[in-house]
Amino acid sequence: MTTLSTHQSHHGHSHDAHHDDGTRTTLGFWIYLMSDCLIFATLFATFGVLANATANAPTGHALFELPYVLGETLLLLASSFTFGLAMLNLHAHRRERVIGWLAVTFVFGAGFIAMEVFEFAKLIRDGAGPQHSAFLSAYFTLVGTHGLHVTCGLLWIAVMMHQVSRFGLTGVTRRRLSCLSLFWHFLDLVWICVFTFVYLREFV
Amino acid sequence: MKKTSDSRSSHATLHAASHGSLKGYVTGMALSLALTLASFGAVMTDFVPRGYGLATIVVLCVLQLIVQLVFFLHLGTARDQRSNVGIFVCTGFLIAVIVGLSLWVMHNANVNMMPTHLSVERAMAHD
Repeated sequence: MTTLSTHQSHHGHSHDAHHDDGTRTTLGFWIYLMSDCLIFATLFATFGVLANATANAPTGHALFELPYVLGETLLLLASSFTFGLAMLNLHAHRRERVIGWLAVTFVFGAGFIAMEVFEFAKLIRDGAGPQHSAFLSAYFTLVGTHGLHVTCGLLWIAVMMHQVSRFGLTGVTRRRLSCLSLFWHFLDLVWICVFTFVYLREFV
Repeated sequence: MKKTSDSRSSHATLHAASHGSLKGYVTGMALSLALTLASFGAVMTDFVPRGYGLATIVVLCVLQLIVQLVFFLHLGTARDQRSNVGIFVCTGFLIAVIVGLSLWVMHNANVNMMPTHLSVERAMAHD
């Protein structure tokens, strides 16, 4: 029992040191996210400047379908919430539930990407591809960049589901999941700006 | 083994403030959902008078950003969040400069350098 408790205290100590490392990693990842934010800021600025440069190609007002965009928005919002539930289970050390909620998050995120790919394909089929006007180039760049980020996030979620099932909730997987959590919620923040300034703005 | 999980869970509750709680996530989700539906509703129905549409959706957008930053990303005044908040505020300033000034400069360029009343031939004859 004594050996166990000294082992415990030693374990607790090293765990704390680990936790400190994790905080620093999360801070570094947060700084990366902020630089990513600047990429999106420049893309939003470009889009804002070119929003009226439609060059006789169809305008956003003629192209966008708001109920469809609302569907995409709700999928991404739901995935953000379910990722939060995965993180709560991570802190409660419920490994199976972490994997379960990550899977649910993956399904919602994949649904979002599927809807977006379908939307892009329809636009290109209708003669509104990125080469038709500066507005459409800016639109495809901005929304496409966000979509690529979400796709990377999906890949990361799949990798983390594998790592958690293989290695369990270790210091390393917890730290990685904390970063992924920031990344995933951040993408939902960017999407709020996308649906407001790209889609809804066309209809006010 | 039992003891390990006990000490770990007390460790978890100690840090629960910065990790968020179920209540926090549910509140954030409910507020975000309401703000999203309000944004789309403001545009898809005639509820908001004409001319106020853009202002309405911008306000709703900013509100939802704040809600998600607080409830999902756990930004706040807690001690361990201070550096995150500081970096975020700096980034917000940079974003305002990049987006705001780009729009301002290009708007002025459009207004002042677009001689729509001149034909191409007359503009060239000016030289």
